[in-house]
Amino acid sequence: MPEPDAGVISQRQSLVAALRKLLPEYCVIDDERGLRPFECDGLSAYRSLPMVVVLPRDTREVSRVLALCHERGVKIVPRGAGTGLSGGALPLADGVTVGFGKLNRILEIDTANRCAIVQPGVANLAISTAASPYGFYYAPDPSSQLACSIGGNVAENSGGVHCLKYGLTTNNLLGVEMVLMDGEVLRLGGKQFDAEGYDLLGVVTGSEGLLGVVTEVTVRILPKPSTARALLLGFPDNASAGACVGEIIAAGIIPAGLEMMDKPAIHAAEAFCQAGYPLDVEAILICELDGPEVEVDELVALVGDLARKSGATTIRSSTSEEERERFWLGRKSAFGAAGRMAPDYYVMDGTIPRARLPEVLTRIGELSREYDLPVANVFHAGDGNLHPLIMYDSSIPGALQRTEEMGSEILKLCVEVGGVLTGEHGVGVEKRDLMGTMFTEDDLKQQQRIKCAFDPDQLLNPGKVFPTLHRCAELGQMHVHRGETAFPDLPRF
Amino acid sequence: MADSLAPRDADGLADAVRWAVAGEHPLEVIAGGSKRDFGRPVQSAATLSLTAFDGIVDYQPSELVLTAKAATPLATIEAATAAERQMLAFEPADYAPLLGTDGEATLGGALACNLSGPRRIKAGAARDHFLGVHAVSGRGERFKAGGRVVKNVTGYDVCKLLSGSYGTLALMHEVTVKVLPAPERTRTVLVFGLEPVDAMEALGAALGSAHEVSGAAHMPAEVAACSAVSYVAGAGASVSAVRVEGFPASVEARCGALRELLGRFGALEELHSKNSATLWREIRDVRAFAEDNGPLWRLSVPPASGAAAAARIADAADARTLFDWGGGLVWLGVNGAEDAGEAAVRDAAAAVGGHATLVRADAPTRAARAVFQPQTAGLAALTERLKRAFDPAGVLNPGRMYAGV
Ligand SMILES: Cc1cc2nc3c(=O)[nH]c(=O)nc-3n(C[C@H](O)[C@H](O)[C@H](O)COP(=O)(O)OP(=O)(O)OC[C@H]3O[C@@H](n4cnc5c(N)ncnc54)[C@H](O)[C@@H]3O)c2cc1C
Repeated sequence: MPEPDAGVISQRQSLVAALRKLLPEYCVIDDERGLRPFECDGLSAYRSLPMVVVLPRDTREVSRVLALCHERGVKIVPRGAGTGLSGGALPLADGVTVGFGKLNRILEIDTANRCAIVQPGVANLAISTAASPYGFYYAPDPSSQLACSIGGNVAENSGGVHCLKYGLTTNNLLGVEMVLMDGEVLRLGGKQFDAEGYDLLGVVTGSEGLLGVVTEVTVRILPKPSTARALLLGFPDNASAGACVGEIIAAGIIPAGLEMMDKPAIHAAEAFCQAGYPLDVEAILICELDGPEVEVDELVALVGDLARKSGATTIRSSTSEEERERFWLGRKSAFGAAGRMAPDYYVMDGTIPRARLPEVLTRIGELSREYDLPVANVFHAGDGNLHPLIMYDSSIPGALQRTEEMGSEILKLCVEVGGVLTGEHGVGVEKRDLMGTMFTEDDLKQQQRIKCAFDPDQLLNPGKVFPTLHRCAELGQMHVHRGETAFPDLPRF
Repeated sequence: MADSLAPRDADGLADAVRWAVAGEHPLEVIAGGSKRDFGRPVQSAATLSLTAFDGIVDYQPSELVLTAKAATPLATIEAATAAERQMLAFEPADYAPLLGTDGEATLGGALACNLSGPRRIKAGAARDHFLGVHAVSGRGERFKAGGRVVKNVTGYDVCKLLSGSYGTLALMHEVTVKVLPAPERTRTVLVFGLEPVDAMEALGAALGSAHEVSGAAHMPAEVAACSAVSYVAGAGASVSAVRVEGFPASVEARCGALRELLGRFGALEELHSKNSATLWREIRDVRAFAEDNGPLWRLSVPPASGAAAAARIADAADARTLFDWGGGLVWLGVNGAEDAGEAAVRDAAAAVGGHATLVRADAPTRAARAVFQPQTAGLAALTERLKRAFDPAGVLNPGRMYAGV
């Protein structure tokens, strides 16, 4: 992380006093006990106490806090529910953490326009709960949906098991209200489908709190599907499970969810919650189909056939809601199950072209033996998003470091086979230093110029995403050789 | 005589941009040229053609991704995907007839303008299917962003920013898009004789149902009369249309359920796959407005307010209307208004919340009027800063969207 600025830290008292002029006493936290809960996010290996935490109650307060910090050259770290897995909300010792716990109201459920307007601190699942009486729901469903905030979802462009059919956060957003670092309030999008001008909403989504602070979110809500059923399929090897995924998609089916677990993950989950998974297989697929009853029944049969042809040894289809939920139970508690298998676990999040899955799993197995660290793999099989869970014991000296090294090897492998470093958890501090494996210096500089357009002083969540910080003035320079008659052989037509 | 550049590879593109920067030659960027008259007229010293960037680079049907050079004609992409029973789900339009050009629509052009067809309401816009890009910035530097997998949050989503930037930020030369299985069957339920307000309610009821509607449009009588589908043209009344697609049994079931749902609104008819394809292509390409060449606006508004927005404009100007996206997209052909209807259109968009684009008008009108929605001071300043972040010398399609950008 960037070296904390001693000058800023020495001004802490005066900053706190100035913040207390803008916000009531209880919304400005500066005592150690109060700050402690904010010291890390879901990537708990990284910790740092923030200089101050503020909990604004409306957009105006957010804007005033940012303007004040901007004027004083103080850094800001936005924080939702703190469930992020890449250290995006990791505090800065010389920065103010802005929490959204008090911006937690659902402002409007508009069924005529099929959207909902909510404050950023609203939990993901709370939107579906509020829309449910009208027959609607909010589709993106990260496993953390009980806790994670919609503001954090926007910042990370979060996904969930239903994203294969219904898209990620970015595909389900209509608009945001956002505050720039200098306190300026902007509205991007609205209840209409398309943005005017440049798609600023699109670039803000997934920007990990580096471009602006989101203070209000308009999401699409969808009518609930009339039926949903799931299949539980067991395979004698990873390759045939992978092949079955290809067959399903080749048959023109986009399931609502299509998840894979390897043998260690199956056994961990089964020991944890007795979901009834077969233990004599190397891999399982959970395939959910939703829609009208005739379609679901037809496709359940079809997927069953495809699985049989791909060599499945277990084929079960849910005949009740209760059974469908039990199929999902093990998958949904996979992280918790890994937590039971070892004192600590580390969640990875790369995406690969699906066809490369068997080979990638084999190489992960080799790495696991080489580093002597057990790995369980859960996989959003439909879209190639792999979550290896590396199990370790942080009380053993050097274990965390070895785990991280192994994690880096896995992510580099993802890039090597044509995939990417992160499918849904974000770069944060965790994968920051790996950005160079995917991007050239010019690629990264162009991205940082976007940052400069939003936040020229680079005070918003610095130290995340980009391995090297360049000054905006330097990034903006362009060397032009005026008046040269070079380029004699540019092709003309 | 303006210079015309036609680089053959990415390094050539970078050279061309550096030449433009060094000599202060603003470039008009074109690929197929089908949408050349969309946007403000560009004050350029040279034309840069991307036509050399043609061809599918890699298509993996089982991975649901396709990579192509940016100027590959949409027709080529569509033929390749159709052969694998897949499609570009955002249903890109062909505006060549509408804009009176004979250019060929390309994949890069569809992405650069973020043009999406009727399936926008279900499958998303062009931007939602744009996964990765290789491009050259206005600084003459090559860069890439995104990737070749469907799920990716590594770095900023630059693809989104480039979609809908009308060539003002970077020259895209290779793009990766998501493809999806093409539906086996299509049915369209028609409701006859509804006034726009009732039509919006009917479309809203369909879209609010669990029947996975993939098209929801309303054609007032004079627009319906232009259709090549006899059931629509011969209706002698307005026609509201609701589309369902997918597996045969499912489509039949949903079509039946929709007929039940919509029966209370008016008389019904049902179109099968072939007629459906014709009708939705007409709606996608706004064909009913291709015969005249008067000013044409495109309003993006909250769907439930589509009829209200159109009514406000009709009070102030003589206008023909077509509603798509369940009312969220309103096409308005304005006749005889001094200002091409700008005042009335902007007023209506502001009243319901939304924005308007002047998609078609003669060059003097497009130079004199704001073609894109005028922005608030804050958004305009951010837009300018982003333009400078990619194209500090202002050599890529300068002024195409906004003066000075
Ligand atoms: C058990 C578990 C399961 C998970 N499962 C999934 C999953 O299935 N899919 C998935 O995608 N993720 C998953 N995650 C990761 C995490 O839940 C998501 O990234 C989530 O979106 C983070 O939301 P949050 O509110 O906790 O944000 P935080 O962790 O507080 O912050 C995340 C980032 O967002 C920024 N931020 C937060 N709020 C704002 C705002 N209002 N404006 C601007 N920036 C803001 C922060 O600065 C930070 O960079 C899981 C995490 C856990 C612990």
